[in-house]
Amino acid sequence: MRRNQVAVVGAAETTELGVIPNMSQIQLHADAALNAIADAGLKLSDIDGFATAVETPQQMAHYLGITPTWVDGTSVGGCSFMLHVRHAAAAIEAGLCNTVLITHAESGKSMIGKQPRFTAPDSLNGQFESPFGVYGPPSMFPIPVLRFMKTHGITHEQLAMVAVVQREWAAKNPRATMKDPITVADVLNSRMIAYPFRLLQCCLVTDGGGALILTSAERAKDFPQKPVYILGTGESVETPMVSQMKTFDSSRAFKVAGPLAFKEAGITHKDVDHLMIYDAFAHLPLYGLGDLGFMPHEETGKFIADGNTRPGGKLPLNTNGGGLSYMHSGMYGMYALQESVRQMRGIAPAQVPNAKISVCHGVGGMFAASGTIIFTNEK
Amino acid sequence: MAEPARAKPKPTPETQHFWDGTKAGELRLQRCDACANVYFPPRPFCPSCASRKVSVFKASGKGKLYSYVINHRPAAPGFTPPYAIAIVELDEGPRMMSNIIDCPQTPEALELDMPLEVAFEALDDKITLPLFRPAKG
Repeated sequence: MRRNQVAVVGAAETTELGVIPNMSQIQLHADAALNAIADAGLKLSDIDGFATAVETPQQMAHYLGITPTWVDGTSVGGCSFMLHVRHAAAAIEAGLCNTVLITHAESGKSMIGKQPRFTAPDSLNGQFESPFGVYGPPSMFPIPVLRFMKTHGITHEQLAMVAVVQREWAAKNPRATMKDPITVADVLNSRMIAYPFRLLQCCLVTDGGGALILTSAERAKDFPQKPVYILGTGESVETPMVSQMKTFDSSRAFKVAGPLAFKEAGITHKDVDHLMIYDAFAHLPLYGLGDLGFMPHEETGKFIADGNTRPGGKLPLNTNGGGLSYMHSGMYGMYALQESVRQMRGIAPAQVPNAKISVCHGVGGMFAASGTIIFTNEK
Repeated sequence: MAEPARAKPKPTPETQHFWDGTKAGELRLQRCDACANVYFPPRPFCPSCASRKVSVFKASGKGKLYSYVINHRPAAPGFTPPYAIAIVELDEGPRMMSNIIDCPQTPEALELDMPLEVAFEALDDKITLPLFRPAKG
């Protein structure tokens, strides 16, 4: 895809984040969508392309009163929205539509109007994973981490530092769910969830949503907000069964999507001013730093423990507080994208001074899928 | 009311041979006749070279502990926490999820790369699960 041909011209989250017992899941989508429309200075009738995940495009388009000429219902887990951005950019460039709305929302905590997840007993997951006691992401996502730690020499304390550093970022963010400082000891003494991970190494469970609006870079300059351009993109999938990943030392989906985006953007790792790596659990930033090529996996634990990703560090990472401390409604990718857009607009609560390039990397399922978007505010 | 039971697999035409195998006390894998790739989970073609000429064979039942979690909460129906959810790397190459029996469910007892051997546990007259225990000797 050609660089900087498409831009984000509208971006917003739901009015509230956290516990929202007075809204169903589809209304959370609508709340985020209406906020993004207002942010872009548009009307819903201006939208001719629509993408969403979990909820179907037909459900949400009808609820919102949109008549799209292009839809994308790619639903590969929490990074679905990175893939939507990539697909939308291609669709806009191909002339299939002009103005795309992407929505995400989940009533992840209050569970209002949200269908429960179900694994059919005759699916491959139902036959070869469910009988052995996996029960929700906390029992599945950390399964590779002991092997990752042994192979790369990563310590429990380093994995605790991921949560500590992200709480430092969250403390700067008025909308973060958890803002009180924590220590390595706090993390390692918190309630055991699925060894080796404890409560403070697992993402929050909240309600909320977000929406993005994309259009051509040519049109973008006429919008009220500073345009944020799509510089590079990548995507891939591996397997819905965590047991069947090619290796636990790294993620194949990450290793395909990340480098694709860097190549497309034509940048090196030194050019990156701001980084988001979807952190459903504390090991994901380590996989991401290694698989995206920032450094060998062996160095990732020390890199974070030494403070390189904290406020004032040389590689600001997960500056909203991440899924561990900001919010996590179930499919966090949209919130990572929102933070990258805020950083590129220069309006983030913990703004990285003069940031010009932001890399936003997402995961779907338990390393099942991946999407990477590289943004810039310079054309 | 009956106690909640552990999730029970329901075989499909492509996986029936595997579940027939566990019921007969055999761990059955598939090998590609064209490229010799051994793979899991079951399917009637080779995911490496796409050949439809594949054979079912009885695996050794031996492997090693590749990775695991010890799940505390939330616990799956039919499980009493804490319990380990393990990934076993079979000597033939493929990996599969399972549980480790006859072994304390602790980080001290569950050492990565420890040798394991298959054990079979019948859930009912149709389904038997392949579990693993520390290898003897």
